[in-house]
Amino acid sequence: MSTQDARERLELLQGTLDLLILRTLIFGSQHGQGIARAIQQTSDEELLVEHGALYPALQRLEERGWISAKWGISTNNRKARFYALTSAGRKQLVKETSKWNRLTAAIGRILESEEG
Amino acid sequence: MFRRTRKASDFGAEIAAHIELETERLKERGLSDEDARTEARRAFGNVTRAQERFYEFSRWPAWDHFWQDVRYAARMLRKSPGFTAIAVLTIALGIGATTAIFSVVDATLLHPLPYPHPEQLVSVVDDLPGAGVKDVGISVPEWHDFQRSGIFQYVSPLGGGDTNLTGSSQPTRILFDAVPPNYLALLGVPAQLGRTFDPEDQTPGFTLEVVISDALWKGAFGGDPRILGRGIRLDNDLYRIVGVMPAGFHDPGQTGTLRSTELWAAAGFAGPPAPPPQRNLRILPQTVARIQPGLTIAQAQSRLDALVASLQEEFPQDYPAQNAWRVRLVPLKQTVVGDVRQSLILLLGAVGLVLLIGCVNVANLLLARASARGREMAIRQALGAERARLVWQLLTEGLLLSLVGGIVGVAILFCAKGLLLKIVPDSLPRLNEVSISWPVLLFALLASLVAGVIFGLAPAWHAGRPDLTFMLKQEGRGSTGSGEQARTRRLLVVTEFALSLVLMIAAGLLLRSFADLLKVRLGFNPQSVMAVRTWLPVPNDPATDIYQTAAQEAPFLREVLRRGRTLPGVQEAAVGDLASVPLGHSRNDLNPFPLIVEGSETSISEAPLVNGSIVTPEYFHLLGVTLLRGRFFAESDDEKAPQVAVINQTFARTYWPNEDALGKRLKLNNSRGAQTNKDWTTVVGVIADARTESLADSSVPQIYLSLYQRTAKDLAIFLRGQLDPAAIPVELRQQVQAINPELPVFGAQTLSDVLSTSLSQRRFSMEVVGLFALTALLLAGLGIYGVISYIVSERTHEIGIRLALGAQSRSILSMVLRQGLALAIAGAAIGLVCALIVSHLMAGALYGVRPTDPLTFAGVALLLLGVALLACYIPARRALRIDPLVALRYE
Repeated sequence: MSTQDARERLELLQGTLDLLILRTLIFGSQHGQGIARAIQQTSDEELLVEHGALYPALQRLEERGWISAKWGISTNNRKARFYALTSAGRKQLVKETSKWNRLTAAIGRILESEEG
Repeated sequence: MFRRTRKASDFGAEIAAHIELETERLKERGLSDEDARTEARRAFGNVTRAQERFYEFSRWPAWDHFWQDVRYAARMLRKSPGFTAIAVLTIALGIGATTAIFSVVDATLLHPLPYPHPEQLVSVVDDLPGAGVKDVGISVPEWHDFQRSGIFQYVSPLGGGDTNLTGSSQPTRILFDAVPPNYLALLGVPAQLGRTFDPEDQTPGFTLEVVISDALWKGAFGGDPRILGRGIRLDNDLYRIVGVMPAGFHDPGQTGTLRSTELWAAAGFAGPPAPPPQRNLRILPQTVARIQPGLTIAQAQSRLDALVASLQEEFPQDYPAQNAWRVRLVPLKQTVVGDVRQSLILLLGAVGLVLLIGCVNVANLLLARASARGREMAIRQALGAERARLVWQLLTEGLLLSLVGGIVGVAILFCAKGLLLKIVPDSLPRLNEVSISWPVLLFALLASLVAGVIFGLAPAWHAGRPDLTFMLKQEGRGSTGSGEQARTRRLLVVTEFALSLVLMIAAGLLLRSFADLLKVRLGFNPQSVMAVRTWLPVPNDPATDIYQTAAQEAPFLREVLRRGRTLPGVQEAAVGDLASVPLGHSRNDLNPFPLIVEGSETSISEAPLVNGSIVTPEYFHLLGVTLLRGRFFAESDDEKAPQVAVINQTFARTYWPNEDALGKRLKLNNSRGAQTNKDWTTVVGVIADARTESLADSSVPQIYLSLYQRTAKDLAIFLRGQLDPAAIPVELRQQVQAINPELPVFGAQTLSDVLSTSLSQRRFSMEVVGLFALTALLLAGLGIYGVISYIVSERTHEIGIRLALGAQSRSILSMVLRQGLALAIAGAAIGLVCALIVSHLMAGALYGVRPTDPLTFAGVALLLLGVALLACYIPARRALRIDPLVALRYE
């Protein structure tokens, strides 16, 4: 599956990575590689997440107190840093999700009206 | 902000873990180990970029850079200890000296007076500009008018003096202030024990209540807690102690003596011993007041002007229009600080120049190092270091250097504080308030920072714009600066020379002034003369005064003289009042007499005031003054004989221009005392002008009266001969107390000491500025030495070729010297122009020399050029010893 050309995938919009990370973590704590894989899989391999960009984003979210992190052991017995949603993060996720929905709806309306 | 606890290594470990997990996942999908790993890395993208982003985000970069710079700077400074030591010492000297002077300025000029609401405190000064006199003191009715005017909360004259305190084992002489009962309330300082006076007390004379100082309480009374209510005798009068002032309390006086008042006695100045109040009898020499809250000094002044105008209308006889009576309010602080302001500002300016020269020197050193580190900077910049980072790094080095220097400087100051305070003359006002306080430390910090920026900027500025290709091409060569850097260094040396020249000319002018003052013809001979003081008590009830009249006092005086002459080594003895001690009295000790010259129809209130001394006949011969006409006093000039006076030339010239003063008659009314002498006084002698009033001023009108005709209480006994300064006071005390055991004998000093004390402030300014100038000269010499050495080492190759081609060593020498001299001459020329401006500003501190004194200017310029030549000669000699073979192989 990884043979699919990266250029065909969608580039992430500015700022959406944070939202996706928070959304992914709602199902439970996860390490960075897991988050990357989850985003990719859930989007049916449509979204391109540069793994290198993921970590500074995680760092930023941790800094803001939306996620917390601690080192743990992965399912296949490897050491990894696990991230979990904090309650502030949950609130942020709700806020961001509704913002995103309004944004896409608005953009959608504009695009449709132009077509029509 | 905060520093993240998460380390970069932790972040790195997380990335490594990610790669591992991803590799694992890909392997599960059937990729080979190697392919999986490569793919995982590809998917991750740029690891370094991620790390950088982590780094930039998770820390506060400016702070982090700053710490990096500081650590790096500290390493660089440690690496070259010699350079660091010289730079730190230079800065330490500069900062230490500047801070020392500033601590004095801070205490004297900047601190408010140590009383509540000091901005309300003023001196009240009466002037009679029409009669050509200033600060004549105020009269009791005037005081009452001011007090009632509503302009002031309190108005309080203070009559400083000393008094005999008896009751203890030895009659002691203490300094006291006769003050109205409102005085301590005016200053607003409560007693530490007991109470102060009741400000509403209206007793006309002394209230017989006294408040004593902490020093007197602990000294004379052993800190007795039951001191209150105790009776003491002052000039034989019984007083009661009602309070003890706190330890830090001082009168707002200008001189050291006034500040150490030991006792305050409350008086209304309207009853005995003061004369009946008269509007034109200005018996109150000094007056302080506290203006009403909410009133500015200017507002108070304008209301006072109105009051003065209405008083002049009301009492035309007392305030004749031609005297133009005027009352000035002067902020009390200004009165206290007096003329010290000018010398202090001079010193601060001088020390600032030294600091500046030090900075220039360190800037020069830093530049030399910067050029040595040019390649380092160029490489770092070629590798992508931001220009701003490099500039900041060099600035940080400068700041670190200056801060270390500042700390060392202040540390030295702390250690040397006691020593330094000793060389400061006692006459400096508020000396006891000088301390290394927080504002002073803050000043030191600021000065260090400013200094660091000044000398850090030069190399930083150059580092910001290096010629990369040029720098990098200098393969192997470690120490070649760009032409621009060399230009800057030369500019710095020129600046240094200019600044040094300014300082040295200032010092030279002060030195010449001082030398001129020392060479001045005194007009009297202070050698081997001692003056010892005594004081005849003035009881409040004249009936109990055994020395009330001159006739009563004369037997005592004759006996003192007779006994004095018997002391070992004594050849001559004389007695005079305190004003007769040459240069040894403050303005408060003078007795200004209103002078009425026969033939001129002036009333007492418009009479000019002249300073007079009251002396015994031996006084003139003992001091060795020159008689020009007439005669000195004789033993026969006593109370029964007609009143006589001896005047000096200036007096004669002032009041009888183009006339023979001998035989002229005048009337003198002692404005301070109760005496009203209606008899005419005849001038019997004219003496040459002597500098008994002021060293700097030879022509002050002086009049002398006979002690056998007029009483004086504050006496000085003069002795001339081969005297033992340690034994005389004791021996004389025994003799005086053999006549009257109640009399104190104190304040013994040789006239030579008096003379040198009167010069102490000038000497201090001169010595300090001189010291600064020497430091500046040394620094400038080092600066030019550094630059010329640098030029020589830079041109070693060239000089070697020249020598190899047969150049004369002399021409090489002159080539090098010429370069140095050119810098020195340029600096000197600029310095001369600046010095002309500065010397005019300090004209007030000069005596005998003009601010443009050509000798000083030329001498100092030559000296500076000489030092420059010497400083250049050493590296120039090194150039001569260059072995052409070595030089050609050099690099």
